[in-house]
Amino acid sequence: MADVATSDVALRQILHGLPGVDEVGVRDRVAALATRSIKNEAKLAALDMAIRMVDLTTLEGADTPGKVAAMSAKGRRPDPQDPAVPPVAAVCVYPDLVEVARQAVAGSPVKVASVATAFPSGRASLAVKLADTRDAVAAGADEVDMVIDRGAFLSGRYGQVFSEIVAVREACGPAHLKVILETGELATLDNVARASWLAMLAGADFIKTSTGKVSPASTPPVAQVMLSAVRDYELAAGRQVGVKVAGGIRTSKDAVRYLVLVNETAGPRWLTPDRFRIGASSLLNDLLMQRSKLLTGQYAGPDYFTID
Amino acid sequence: MPDERLAVRKTYKLFIGGAFPRSESGRSYPVHGPRGGGRGGGLLAFAAQGSRKDARDAVKAARGAFGRWSGATAYNRGQVLYRVAEMLEGRSAQFAAEVAAAEGVSQAAARAQVSAAIDRWVWYAGWPDKVAQVAGAPNQVAGPYLNVSTPEPTGVVAILAPAVPSLLGLVSVLAPAIATGNTAVLVASQDHPLPAITLAEVLATSDVPGGVVNILTGGQAELAPVLAGHMDVDAIDLTGAGPEQAAELEGLAAGNLKRVFRAEDDWAADPDTRRLLMFVEIKTVWHPAGI
Amino acid sequence: MTATQGSQALDEITDWAYAPAPQATDVVSIAPENGLFIGGEFAPAADGRQFATVNPATEEPLAQVAEAGQADVDRAVAAATAAYEQVWQPMPGRERAKYLYRIARIIQERAREFAVLESLDNGKPIRESRDVDVPLAAAHFFYYAGWADKLEYAGLGPAPRPLGVAGQVIPWNFPLLMAAWKLAPALAAGNTCVLKPAETTPLTALLLAEVGQQAGLPPGVVNVLTGDGAAGAALVAHPGVRKVAFTGSTEVGKAIARTVAGTGKKLTLELGGKAANIVFDDAPVDQAVEGIVGGIFFNQGHVCCAGSRLLVQESVAEAVLDRLRRRMTTLRLGDPLDKNTDVGAINSRVQLDKIRELSDSGEQEGAERWSPPCQLPERGFWFPPTIFTGVSQSHRIAREEIFGPVLSVLTFRTPEEAVAKANNTPYGLSAGIWTDKGSRILWLASRLRAGVVWAGTFNKFDPASPFGGYRESGYGREGGRHGLAAYLDA
Repeated sequence: MADVATSDVALRQILHGLPGVDEVGVRDRVAALATRSIKNEAKLAALDMAIRMVDLTTLEGADTPGKVAAMSAKGRRPDPQDPAVPPVAAVCVYPDLVEVARQAVAGSPVKVASVATAFPSGRASLAVKLADTRDAVAAGADEVDMVIDRGAFLSGRYGQVFSEIVAVREACGPAHLKVILETGELATLDNVARASWLAMLAGADFIKTSTGKVSPASTPPVAQVMLSAVRDYELAAGRQVGVKVAGGIRTSKDAVRYLVLVNETAGPRWLTPDRFRIGASSLLNDLLMQRSKLLTGQYAGPDYFTID
Repeated sequence: MPDERLAVRKTYKLFIGGAFPRSESGRSYPVHGPRGGGRGGGLLAFAAQGSRKDARDAVKAARGAFGRWSGATAYNRGQVLYRVAEMLEGRSAQFAAEVAAAEGVSQAAARAQVSAAIDRWVWYAGWPDKVAQVAGAPNQVAGPYLNVSTPEPTGVVAILAPAVPSLLGLVSVLAPAIATGNTAVLVASQDHPLPAITLAEVLATSDVPGGVVNILTGGQAELAPVLAGHMDVDAIDLTGAGPEQAAELEGLAAGNLKRVFRAEDDWAADPDTRRLLMFVEIKTVWHPAGI
Repeated sequence: MTATQGSQALDEITDWAYAPAPQATDVVSIAPENGLFIGGEFAPAADGRQFATVNPATEEPLAQVAEAGQADVDRAVAAATAAYEQVWQPMPGRERAKYLYRIARIIQERAREFAVLESLDNGKPIRESRDVDVPLAAAHFFYYAGWADKLEYAGLGPAPRPLGVAGQVIPWNFPLLMAAWKLAPALAAGNTCVLKPAETTPLTALLLAEVGQQAGLPPGVVNVLTGDGAAGAALVAHPGVRKVAFTGSTEVGKAIARTVAGTGKKLTLELGGKAANIVFDDAPVDQAVEGIVGGIFFNQGHVCCAGSRLLVQESVAEAVLDRLRRRMTTLRLGDPLDKNTDVGAINSRVQLDKIRELSDSGEQEGAERWSPPCQLPERGFWFPPTIFTGVSQSHRIAREEIFGPVLSVLTFRTPEEAVAKANNTPYGLSAGIWTDKGSRILWLASRLRAGVVWAGTFNKFDPASPFGGYRESGYGREGGRHGLAAYLDA
């Protein structure tokens, strides 16, 4: 596994030699797992797990230091009325706002994740992508979320995709690398499986579904395929890679469904923020509202939670 | 006589994309009962007078709805159609009153027509998951291939509804077209448009997705040629057209080789599968069988 | 705490325990005594005899149910005959259709009640009764309602006629669904029915009779005789019954065939199976494993068409089995009324003994048994999901139908060998194929002697899809256009 040649031909043989993925079968399995009824103490545990797995995200052209600082404050202390609510895993911002975020979360366990490599399109030269990465790391990012070159992937230039990931991994230094596959553009579950393996072989610490800028973003079938891939990769190569789902996950119900997928596909060893993340923004308040309902018995209202 | 309550009259609008807009032309026209009929031939209501732009919008809505409707399972289409029948039954008194007023027939005759219309709709509701079993089949070709023919819906179907019977005729031309997965733009009878709009209200409350059925009221001479010549309409049912107009429309339809249907039905008789199978395409797929 | 307390993942490695998620049972009210349903009314058996029906997950009795004797069979057939001659057969198809649509609708409205009752009486997980049994039962009525007024289009001639009174005996594995499979086409075609549900699962059939009343179904059109095998035999032998339909064991099916021989009664049989689930080296392996699991552990393996033999290509056998074992450790066994339960109770002590006996024979004959670590509840009838490897065709567990959550694993080398092994059985109900190659699916499908071939999936049912077996798995088809043939004189 360590000596995988980076040529298109060799990679094609490996990736296209993976077992096929039957889409209808995946949808069936995901639908069956969606019937899991998570209640009471199991639900509370799930909500707390989900909160701790959130990468609280703002990736807008209109982002300002003020916006990032406010969001980071919420990430440190999601519910001002309840200090028992754990902080999120990380805040996720553009590279030029990493410094602001780092100061805002200093002294807390919250990490700073930065997108990089000409996010979200990935359409730029390797030199520009590496410079983008180095900027983020120099500014203090603990984690880098890169995008793969989907144009290269879809035109079969697997070697290019591979070597870009390797190069970015190196530029990350001590920071962890999440590789965004942009599954909505990959279109088939076979491609999702192949891109997952490609990223893992190239050294990804996490594989991530989406930028959140393209629809469809994360979906349960896609997550299912990726969770199977990381499980199989560990068995084959002895290394545990994490999964991040991002984009379109707005409700606690969605989040808990993903946790069930993690639990029953990759396995409970992935039920930790070190191995599973949820990239989201509005989800956090829904998690807080559901948590409040469980603890007080009454349905909560949005005015009782801060917008940032 | 003294304390008689004044009724709140219904406004009859078009039915496009699941909503009830007025004509973009702002026009409407008076609909009268037949001379000497139920209400002495007086004004029944105003109906919207649809324009070519309304027709254009209806076609767009029908095309937009086609993917979802044709992609739904046949079981689901059957369920939706059965629900329409449930809603029709619930409103049968209202329909009977409208039919009687429109056509000048007795209450008893109107009720009989409404019952027949509901039963006919139920007949068609039972077809979607059976059409392929009757009209499709594997074919025994001379080679190691699986060869299967399946009926698929044609697409957007324009339908000119017959004038009478005002509800039964309407149901008889509309239900078969949508049962197989087509979406429809229906031009109601110019003289008796009101039952069509009440039917639209039923459709709107029966889980029928918006755009699957669109109903235009107004001048058939104005609306029919627009639909007959529209390049994004796949088929046209000329049942409600007069013989001369029909010939002209058929000529226009040739512009994109629409499938054209025209028949003289005995509306009282049980239908056969002709209308059901009219607006389907037969798709034949080959696949080798080898080790 | 009650004996049934949620369900557990089988080897308890999970850190995140799913809390108990019990389905509320207060939607169901079971009468302590239940009569036979004859001529539109419930009444005790003529001789007053009753028997208990039991919850197999707890062994607690649920209710007393009337036991039909010969006099009751006679009365039911007479009621069905009168209803046939005077009401049902003369009725236009479009009116019959509307009764069946009503029944379908009421099943949908009372879906929760039916699902809970089925799980209580049968032992199957509420998730399955809720998501599979009940919706399919309603769908079956919907589908055949639509044929009632279209018989001339069924390919059986311009004016096919019904047969008369149908005597229908159904098994305990899908009590409500089997009732729907029998009643819906029979009624649509214009026959009237006397239904004999299985001894251990009478309750949902009785609820269905009540639904018939609520739908306004004319008295005598559907009659339900609860009772044992003797009641079924009496029904089948009754001269007033013109059509017999049976789903159950091959052994009883043969006995029925002998009983009706020479009587002119039309007979359809849906019997046992020992289906091969064939996995090739190029199968989409995760989905194939799901198909294996669904094929044998769905409904605790109480499925005539269960994929009870895994035929895995030898080159990938170890890899597939590793995955299968890993997947089996996430199966949740326990309280059928818990929404997270995957594997419920075995339906009866008798069946549990059979499964145990055959499984023991597997070990005795040299196969290797494996189950994920499992905590079985103290009360009730339970058997853990089990696989046997190192099985050969000559082993009893490769030949005899176990009808439980037990999979026998054999290997093959080539497609021809897979076909030969799959067909090497007197049964012929179903088969599964897992490969990435469409051509191979079709090549195999045309050679497998099985009435239902699933490729890339397993245990999928639809009212529009004909179901039935070759050879000793029975004859006749249920479902689809072909399913009408059994109930018409054509």
